[in-house]
Amino acid sequence: MHSGTSTYGKTNAIEADDVTFSYGEGVAVDHVSFAISRGDFLGIIGPNGGGKTTFLKLLLGLLRPDSGSIELLGAKPAKTRTMVGYIPQETSLNKSFPVTARDVVLMGLAGRRGLGGGFSAKDRTEADTLLERLGLSDMVMRPIGQLSGGQRQKVLLARALISKPVMLVLDEPTASVDAMGEDDIYGNLKTLNTGGVTIVLVTHNIGIISRYVKSVACINRRLYFHPDGHLDETTITKTFGCPVDLIAHGIPHRVFNCHSGGGSDAS
Amino acid sequence: MLPDALHYSFMQHAFAAGILVSIACGIVGTLVVVNRMSFIAGGVAHAAYGGLGLAIFFGLPPVAGTLPFSVASSLVMGYAAGRNRERSDAVVGAIWAAGMALGIILIELTPGYQSDLMSYLFGSIMAISMEHLMVMLFLDVIVCGLFFVFFKEILAVSYDEEFAAISGIPTVLFRYALLGMIACTVVMLIQAVGLILVIALFTIPASIAELFSKNIRTMMPIAVCAGSFCTTAGLFLSWTLDLSAGATIIMVACVVYGVAYVVRSAAGAGRGY
Repeated sequence: MHSGTSTYGKTNAIEADDVTFSYGEGVAVDHVSFAISRGDFLGIIGPNGGGKTTFLKLLLGLLRPDSGSIELLGAKPAKTRTMVGYIPQETSLNKSFPVTARDVVLMGLAGRRGLGGGFSAKDRTEADTLLERLGLSDMVMRPIGQLSGGQRQKVLLARALISKPVMLVLDEPTASVDAMGEDDIYGNLKTLNTGGVTIVLVTHNIGIISRYVKSVACINRRLYFHPDGHLDETTITKTFGCPVDLIAHGIPHRVFNCHSGGGSDAS
Repeated sequence: MLPDALHYSFMQHAFAAGILVSIACGIVGTLVVVNRMSFIAGGVAHAAYGGLGLAIFFGLPPVAGTLPFSVASSLVMGYAAGRNRERSDAVVGAIWAAGMALGIILIELTPGYQSDLMSYLFGSIMAISMEHLMVMLFLDVIVCGLFFVFFKEILAVSYDEEFAAISGIPTVLFRYALLGMIACTVVMLIQAVGLILVIALFTIPASIAELFSKNIRTMMPIAVCAGSFCTTAGLFLSWTLDLSAGATIIMVACVVYGVAYVVRSAAGAGRGY
């Protein structure tokens, strides 16, 4: 099920056509249209509550658009999302859930081994190998509550990778990671992208955008797409509604929403 | 030689019931605790009183009312939680209260029936028949069986429902199945130890286990053992001191939890979270 041989190989990775979604009264995603091709490395930036996470959920079929349509790898997301590896915000999960790192990685295969029953010895070896490759060979049997934020994030990366996805979707993968762990994780993503995996990444870190991604989308209800990945101050200012410090390249950097009365945080 | 308490068949039944109940609540309770679902479990337990009211009003056996009513209310709560996580607390609270109110009104409307809310609240573990024991054993087998067969799905859905859905697991089915399992176990526990104590037996043994284990595979057997110990010790104590059995069991469980907490904090200070 790799990109080259897949029947979806020739279609776009994402194709959004006039997508609108609201939570009750508040419009979170407003008439968004854009497409990225396979093999792209898309960075999505935008202020808190700007609809980044909502957009990812629409993309993965966890939410349905109020109007418009969205295609993932050439079909409805609910059909094709099993080919996608998803990495949620590490902080959104129960840190002390009583399972080991290996258990979490194997969850990436839980939907692919048939209902009922367990995992094979081969599956477990595969999980351990992945953890080893990410530098966590000592952590295989460690409860996830005893790992650092960065280590847990890598476990989630391994969970997404074990199913050999053709596309990765990441929501702020380095929110709880220090600068070194960050380079480490982005280095891994870059290698995967070079190997043909399409990557969609939500981040607060504008420095990352300039160093790793190929194209950029700025979301603040509306979506502004930059296929060449070039970000200038005017676009950023337009998205965020305020000037944003662009000097902080490479330094973990949070961007705050300067709008007044921006409503609830949709991310 | 047998302790005095074991000479009576009703006490033998009580001890057996305590252990059968502990097996189910060790397993389901662990899931309730790790999924932070204690409030929903409490809601299901209280709403079940509405089912009891229905059963009494229509002259049916209690389980015929409580079981469908609990399952139905747990599914409604699950539906609310799935649609709008922030508001689901309020829905659970409303069903909690509505079930109790419906039960009280129906029992009042039943001519000639002297309602004894206390026996429902604290149960009647000293009056468990052989049939009750068989029903409990049956439910234990079902709960354990479902759990062992679907362990990988239950774990994946509990840890990260969105990821599980993306990876192809029918998460909605599993969410409702877990709620249904909670409802069935609640009904079974109500017969033994009563409504007020259901939440305690669901949460306390699992919380004791959580102190000593960071792996769900060992948490469950520890919770089963802790529950069995607390019910058995509680029954002996209530026999010896001539106190209400259900209440004594829970007091024992709370003391054990307190002691375990102190021991754990003293021994393993600074470990993890």
